[in-house]
Amino acid sequence: MLKLKNVQTFYGNIQALKDVTIEISEGEIITLIGANGAGKTTTLMAVCGIVPPRSGEISFMGEPITGMEPDKIVSLGICQVPEGRRIFPYLSVAENLDMGAFLRNDRAEIKKDMEYVFDLFPILAERRHQAGGTLSGGEQQMLAISRALMARPRLLLLDEPSLGLAPLIVKQIFEILIKINAENNTTIFLVEQNANLALKVAARGYVMENGRITLTDLSENLLANEEVKKAYLGF
Amino acid sequence: MDYFLELFLGGLTRGSIYALIALGYTMVYGIIGLINFAHGEIYMIGAFTALIVISVLTLMGMNTLAILVIAGVIAVIYSSAYGYTVEKIAYKPLRNAPRLSALISAIGMSLFLQNYVLLAQTSDFLPFPCLIPDFEFMEPYAHIIGSTEIVILITTAVVMVLLTIMIKFTKIGKAMRATSQDKTMAMLVGINVNRVISVTFIVGSATAAIGGVLIASHVGMINFYVGFIAGIKAFVAAVLGGIGSIPGAVLGSFILGWTESFATGYVSSDYEDVFAFLFLVLILIFRPAGILGRSEKYKI
Ligand SMILES: Nc1ncnc2c1ncn2[C@@H]1O[C@H](COP(=O)(O)OP(=O)(O)OP(=O)(O)O)[C@@H](O)[C@H]1O
Ligand SMILES: [Mg+2]
Repeated sequence: MLKLKNVQTFYGNIQALKDVTIEISEGEIITLIGANGAGKTTTLMAVCGIVPPRSGEISFMGEPITGMEPDKIVSLGICQVPEGRRIFPYLSVAENLDMGAFLRNDRAEIKKDMEYVFDLFPILAERRHQAGGTLSGGEQQMLAISRALMARPRLLLLDEPSLGLAPLIVKQIFEILIKINAENNTTIFLVEQNANLALKVAARGYVMENGRITLTDLSENLLANEEVKKAYLGF
Repeated sequence: MDYFLELFLGGLTRGSIYALIALGYTMVYGIIGLINFAHGEIYMIGAFTALIVISVLTLMGMNTLAILVIAGVIAVIYSSAYGYTVEKIAYKPLRNAPRLSALISAIGMSLFLQNYVLLAQTSDFLPFPCLIPDFEFMEPYAHIIGSTEIVILITTAVVMVLLTIMIKFTKIGKAMRATSQDKTMAMLVGINVNRVISVTFIVGSATAAIGGVLIASHVGMINFYVGFIAGIKAFVAAVLGGIGSIPGAVLGSFILGWTESFATGYVSSDYEDVFAFLFLVLILIFRPAGILGRSEKYKI
């Protein structure tokens, strides 16, 4: 479904991604793990057209999307829940959700989807008229995921959704991700530093170091891999 | 009491004009963090366009109120086209350059447009016909407020209401707010940020053109330099209210209008500008972000 082939990305003269090749099939959950500064966020931003690759190719459903404008990429069904959540702080919860559905015009269906995410996260329904910036971290993460769902994505990219959240909330959020994947067949590309958690949810994983993919395997094998254990699992 | 009321309404009228211009400054700043120095010139071009249209239509012998409306509409279209083009030529290529580059480009644009109108027209003040008739129903209040002022106040109120509805409830309005809060995230939800920026320039230019036509028929003359003066005043008003904030720009404009009006009326007309700037300095000392401004945290 999504293919990155030999992607190289630069910030000025600094190379952030080196020869990155990743492939995801429809309906899969895969994860990309790596330390701080490895290039995980850059990978997602490259897919979304925010940091276009200098060379290499990105394709979605067989069509090249390299160098496409970000709004065109979203219109194909690729949505990101970015690092730090990036809720529009002065828009209300409902308006944040409206923004998620920005490219859609089917009002009745949008309304239905809003009910659907309120069902997933009832706390958002309670807070619907509150400014996004006043929500707690966990609520903001729920809102960020809901906002992405409002676009009815085919591919959902998540950048460290567990960061800074209490274990109970993290558990709740991951259960919902699994549910979304199962119910809507939404493909999920999960970036995490919490490798233990990510590898339990995802079927396969990629390990990134200094902008390079150094390892890729089924999650169960990565969980058993000595190097991965030492570097990312903390034992 | 009548004198106080006269000054109050006079200040309100001035404030309305400042507000129509200040909106453009504050909206553009809110979206791309740029002080658009060429904005005053857009307003000046609006007034000149109207003058040309009025001259032609008057020769054709049309009804005055119809002339004013047609001239206003054409001025709005023309100024919007200028605003749109200025952004595309002078600011868009510098979107990712340091802020100072775009600022210098804006000053350059301002000088260019002034001199362009200077060459195309003349440096002399040109008389601008007042096309607003003295309404009969206004007669009993004529010593407090004139018909032109009433038209200015009503037009401004209508523009403000329409703009508020647009920003608060329409899709493009919400996209404008989202873009001003987080441009990258706006792109990630599928907003075409370039289009939002263009719309912002068009809307800001349109309101400035309305201000230009109204004030020109109020004052009765224009030259190539009027945009600069009015632009600086409106800019002060926008900073006073908190640049980036739309209600702030309106509030700052009214405060500035009243300050000038009362200072002129009760103290001396020589000190009009002194009072305005004194006020600005005082407010910025106690509230650096302006009256309704937000702290820098979320201004992107
Ligand atoms: N806007 C930028 N300008 C310059 N360099 C950047 C920029 N963003 C990221 N980098 C650099 O690119 C490299 C990869 O950063 P990236 O944010 O993709 O890492 P990451 O894996 O997401 O890290 P983290 O786990 O901390 O989020 C880092 O060395 C970082 O310093
Ligand atoms: Mg990151």
